[in-house]
Amino acid sequence: MPENIHIKDHGKEKTLFLNRILISSLVALFLLIIIIIRLIQLQVFEYDTFNQKAQGNRINLRATLSPRGTIFDRNGNTLAENITAFELMITPEQVINIEETMNNLLDLELINPIQIDTIRKKIQKTQKFRSITLRSDLNDQEIARFAANRANFPGIDLQPKLIRHYPHKNYTSHVVGYVGSINKKDQARLNQSFYNPNEKTGKTGTEYFKETILHGEPGYYQFIANARGREIPLNENQKNNTFLENKPALPGANIFLTIDLNLQILATNLLDGRRGSVVAIDPNNGEVLALVSSPSFDPNIFNENLTTSKYNELQSNIDQPLFNRAVLGTYSPGSIIKPILGLAALQLGVTNLTQRHICKGHYSLPGNTHRYRDWLSSGHGSVNLHKAISQSCDVFFYEVGGQIGIDRMHNYLDQFGLGQKTNIELAGERTGLIPSTKWKKTMFSKKEDKNWFPGETVIASIGQGYMLATPLQLASATAALATRGNRFKPTLISAIENPINNEKIFNESQELTQIKIDSQSYWEEVISAMHNVMQGSGTARNVGIGAPYEMAGKSGTVQVISVGQEEEYDRELIDERFQDHALFVAFAPLNNPEIAVAVIVENGNSGSRVAAPIAKSIMDEYLGY
Amino acid sequence: MLKDTSNTWHSKYSIKDSDLTLQLFKLDGPLLLLISIAFLLGIFVLFSASNESTEVLMRQLFRIGIAFIALMITAQISPDLIRRISPWSYFFGVVLLSLVLFLGDIGQGAQRWLDIGIRFQPSEIMKLAVPMMVAWYLHERKLPPSGKNILNIFILILIPSILIAKQPDLGTSILVFTSGILIIFLAGIPFRYISALSLFAIPGSLLLWKFMEDYQRQRVITLLNPDIDPLGAGYNIIQSKIAIGSGGLFGKGWTNGSQVQLEFLPEKSTDFIFAVIGEEFGLLGLLFILIIYILIIARSLYIASQAPDLYSKLLAGSISLTFFVYVFVNAAMVIGLIPIVGIPLPLISYGGTSMVTLMIGFGILMSINSNQKLLST
Repeated sequence: MPENIHIKDHGKEKTLFLNRILISSLVALFLLIIIIIRLIQLQVFEYDTFNQKAQGNRINLRATLSPRGTIFDRNGNTLAENITAFELMITPEQVINIEETMNNLLDLELINPIQIDTIRKKIQKTQKFRSITLRSDLNDQEIARFAANRANFPGIDLQPKLIRHYPHKNYTSHVVGYVGSINKKDQARLNQSFYNPNEKTGKTGTEYFKETILHGEPGYYQFIANARGREIPLNENQKNNTFLENKPALPGANIFLTIDLNLQILATNLLDGRRGSVVAIDPNNGEVLALVSSPSFDPNIFNENLTTSKYNELQSNIDQPLFNRAVLGTYSPGSIIKPILGLAALQLGVTNLTQRHICKGHYSLPGNTHRYRDWLSSGHGSVNLHKAISQSCDVFFYEVGGQIGIDRMHNYLDQFGLGQKTNIELAGERTGLIPSTKWKKTMFSKKEDKNWFPGETVIASIGQGYMLATPLQLASATAALATRGNRFKPTLISAIENPINNEKIFNESQELTQIKIDSQSYWEEVISAMHNVMQGSGTARNVGIGAPYEMAGKSGTVQVISVGQEEEYDRELIDERFQDHALFVAFAPLNNPEIAVAVIVENGNSGSRVAAPIAKSIMDEYLGY
Repeated sequence: MLKDTSNTWHSKYSIKDSDLTLQLFKLDGPLLLLISIAFLLGIFVLFSASNESTEVLMRQLFRIGIAFIALMITAQISPDLIRRISPWSYFFGVVLLSLVLFLGDIGQGAQRWLDIGIRFQPSEIMKLAVPMMVAWYLHERKLPPSGKNILNIFILILIPSILIAKQPDLGTSILVFTSGILIIFLAGIPFRYISALSLFAIPGSLLLWKFMEDYQRQRVITLLNPDIDPLGAGYNIIQSKIAIGSGGLFGKGWTNGSQVQLEFLPEKSTDFIFAVIGEEFGLLGLLFILIIYILIIARSLYIASQAPDLYSKLLAGSISLTFFVYVFVNAAMVIGLIPIVGIPLPLISYGGTSMVTLMIGFGILMSINSNQKLLST
């Protein structure tokens, strides 16, 4: 039928239309049923899931930080504490005109012009109700200046913040350490759920080693937050509910160190900024009374926004102030080991109390022309053990050492704790080194290097060659001499104090294996020789004579560069940094020892002249003279 | 003649006073009641969704007032006049749409507004002008329409739909397109054409995908997997599902929905207000509002079925079913069944222009209804 002829069948049209309305209605109904099924799925079957998600949406958790424990010395002097510092904060939504406010802050010199761009960017990136730190290291004048003008600065606030403070600065930095921002390495080590990203963590010293004890356990509180994280005050209905959890923070424990602050300060002052180290130990329990590494640094600078250059300056300083020589520095012990070798020789029967050796000022191995020199080129003449120790005769020990042999020598030095970590509560402690034939076999790869040569035993006999020890190891070995063989693990921790009830748990001294020497007379002979060093005819007699108490000591002067066969060591010609290291160990009182000290002055030239007076002054102070 | 019969009508039957008033203003009682219920519920929900802002409430009440006035004025216009102005309003609308594309204001990244003293969206005109035009085109032709007519109608529908989609306003474009297509369906397009057209659905949707803006494509991807970007594109749909799901059977109570009050739910006063009802009034609240909508659609379809002439039938049918499309698309997008297209929940979402258009639509329905009553006497 042609299109343009309009023969309309109204009845048919009407049925068609009603038909289509009916179909449409059915389709619509079908679609509505789908919607209703979906609603039932969401609101009935998945109600629990979505309800939990809604709760998770609105309830936010905020950590409350635990105050870090205080560190004291053995007498209760504060070595590390928390003090309040003020940060300058901006809350953009409360500021009327940000540019104007910034200009006004610039006028008051409270912010630096170079900061402006960074601040602007931060403000743009952060939600308007969140506070942003403008400055974190305001000094007192700046705080006063801001306080006087506070009314002109809506939205700018001073916010108190706890920072770590070390009142004795350089004096205790190597023992106490310092705290710094958490880096990737720290993240791997720390229980992350206990830390807030802006928090500080111990980086060195006790701060590092006792981090978990000092840090405490952070708490949290829950609050209702909107989609942008803003805290919403509770309404009347919610106030009575207890659905929001609140767990208070547990403050970190206080630590009492075994350090005696006076001794620590004295030892630092005695070193007078020279490169060196002093370690003093109570021989009766291993408590470390002083542990000094010089030069040192002020740990408080790590609180400021430490610019990289300032840190680099410390890092690149040729004297290495950040390096803790007391436990990380390894030195040839030199003549310091002679009393121990003397004991070994007596115990092994290599020599006896009276046997004499002739010292002509040099020594050669049989069938070899190489001369091992004595420090006294004219020679000590006829020497027994006593004289060999007090005069520090090298030739005597060259001969005796050869008879003991390197492996037996290793055995005795090992009993005194040399060549092993003391396991003191400081990170990175070095092992030092006492050589042996076995050690040489495993340590060298070339076959010809694996053999131990007799000449190596000769120089080992006077504590040179491969042998290395830390100042702490030397102090600990001296403490073992002082007690005639009773050894204790060196420790820095005296007590841990519960910050809530102030209950102290004392650290018990840990006794180590006793040194096996059969006869008490051997001990007394060696100690008497050491007594002679300081208060008789020995190398450091000038230091000890006239003191009101009896003391024992042993000097060591260690070559930093080797001097050729025909050369003479001429101090004047050698650069300061290549001059001999000065070592001295001592203990007192002689028969009832209370303190053992090891002193190392790098490039100090003479153990008896430079290091011995320092050891003596420390013993004087500690014994109250 | 016909217009004067109201008096005789009046004298012949005894009617209640209220009915009399309604008849006098050519209004439909049931429809008016249902719309009022929806408005009332909407005001309560909006008060909560706007964080108890009286300012928002007053503005919405003002718009409702304007919309009612628009409805009453429209109801007075005879279907005959409406039919006669159909082509003119269509061409007028197309011209305005073209103007918008060249010199329209940009609001929220889209050119939808034309500022001629008062700002309005010409695309709103097309929501009614397109079904009016299609109904006008078909009203004197033989049904079911021939293939050639269907093609012509397609072109009539596509021109404004594409212009609106280019603004870009996918939501309105879909509604305009649907309102026209629905008439072809109601006009009795043979099912063989429908099946043939369905075959084009796949290449058609590919073509649509090609023409979509990046953000529109993103919405489709987001629907399929909202967890791909839970804080970005997927955020709206995830938060909306949490709001509805956590409402449970009875809801958290008026002004007590945490998703709404703590602003986790986006666009909560406008496109996502359905989720606000779901969270605060639960499944029961949603079923209630859905029932109101079903009744409105049922009444509208009844009016369409009773319409005296083809033009009125087709137009009334299209208005009724487009209203359903409104409800379905909004609800389905909020509960994550279809991608997010900017279609508000009719009569409840905050916003003015579309509400006025809707009420003019209902005005047309009432005009048709009263005309039918007059004819039947």
